[in-house]
Amino acid sequence: MFEHYLSLFVKAVFVENMALAFFLGMCTFLAVSKKISSAIGLGIAVVVVLTITVPVNNLILTYLLSEGALTWTGLEGASNIDLSFLGLLSYIGVIAALVQILEMFLDKFVPALYNALGVFLPLITVNCAILGASLFMVERSYDFGESVIYGAGAGVGWALAITALAGIREKLKYSDVPASLQGLGITFITVGLMSLGFMSFSGIQL
Amino acid sequence: MAAESVKDVVLSPVFKNNPIALQVLGICSALAVTNSMSVSLVMGLAVIAVTACSNLFVSLIRQHIPSSIRIIVQMTIIASLVIVVDQVLKAYAYEMSKQLSVFVGLIITNCIVMGRAEAYAMQNGPVMSFLDGVGNGLGYAVILLIVGFVRELFGSGSVFGFTVLTPVQDGGWYVPNGLMLLPPSAFFVIGLIIWVLRSVRTEQVEKTEYRIVANSKAKIKESV
Repeated sequence: MFEHYLSLFVKAVFVENMALAFFLGMCTFLAVSKKISSAIGLGIAVVVVLTITVPVNNLILTYLLSEGALTWTGLEGASNIDLSFLGLLSYIGVIAALVQILEMFLDKFVPALYNALGVFLPLITVNCAILGASLFMVERSYDFGESVIYGAGAGVGWALAITALAGIREKLKYSDVPASLQGLGITFITVGLMSLGFMSFSGIQL
Repeated sequence: MAAESVKDVVLSPVFKNNPIALQVLGICSALAVTNSMSVSLVMGLAVIAVTACSNLFVSLIRQHIPSSIRIIVQMTIIASLVIVVDQVLKAYAYEMSKQLSVFVGLIITNCIVMGRAEAYAMQNGPVMSFLDGVGNGLGYAVILLIVGFVRELFGSGSVFGFTVLTPVQDGGWYVPNGLMLLPPSAFFVIGLIIWVLRSVRTEQVEKTEYRIVANSKAKIKESV
């Protein structure tokens, strides 16, 4: 059991890295990777939000949306109800609401963390990595325990990638890049090379 | 804004102000689905439909949305439209929807859709907003098709599934470049497209933060 979870975690962090293998969360990935400190802040925020939202969406899927999920209500004919087409709408709603709640909770109880993450939390709602992880969870039909591990692993992988890219970009700004490749162009090529590096993990069988 | 002609609204996002290459929006999905042209085409069409319709509906009710909850309202409209697109794809092109897997759903978080709803549809009439959505969707689709073309042509020697360069396995001369089918090549291709676009339109070049002075030498600190 433990081995299964461990391999799932390692797979989510390295082999199926959200940013470098599936290109999820690219907009924020490129926009917020200019400085290491802000990259780490955003990375931590993503890990926290992913670890919460993926399991919550898993519960919503199992107890509200999937076919026959409503039988626990005891309603007549509940076993024939299939609401899975409402999935997308519910997941994005859950993500938006959870980010909002998390923001209020942190503001009230952990102000230090709130000040560190403050700017990044609202950005996370529109980060495709969060929605993407929930959709992958649905597609691969993970159970509750697996979805906790998968959420955490996907978050850590994303945080690792953005921190590494920020480190490279901090050095890169002193180098002499062709004028029209400056800024975004060279960042794309750097990310391509990083992605190539991460592909070396793809042979790992766990 | 009223002075803008219809042609401008539709065509300027395609060439002058391309959402992917110049504004860098919505690249998440642009990269993942471009390893063959037919997939890119379907994705492009889906995004055009969603952007255009979401702009239309947001613009229709823009006078009635309280500004404090506008993001949620826009999000709900977009998510509903994406569900429609997803269901249509599942019904009429099941194979394609399997290939696109989660990326149809990810149109919701595509920054182009949100960005246009917020920046254009909230201030303009329904007809112009609809056209603006079509234009931006087209700009997205064009880049997707270019990347898809390059990756499919060099990766498997075909265009839209028709063989153009006969690969060696089938007795031809072309050795397919396997890298082109893998994720990293999408980054390289888009990076190169940005390079070309910015060489042509030099006003888009980003300023450097530091510049190395020609023939400069590091100053040696005198020891105390």
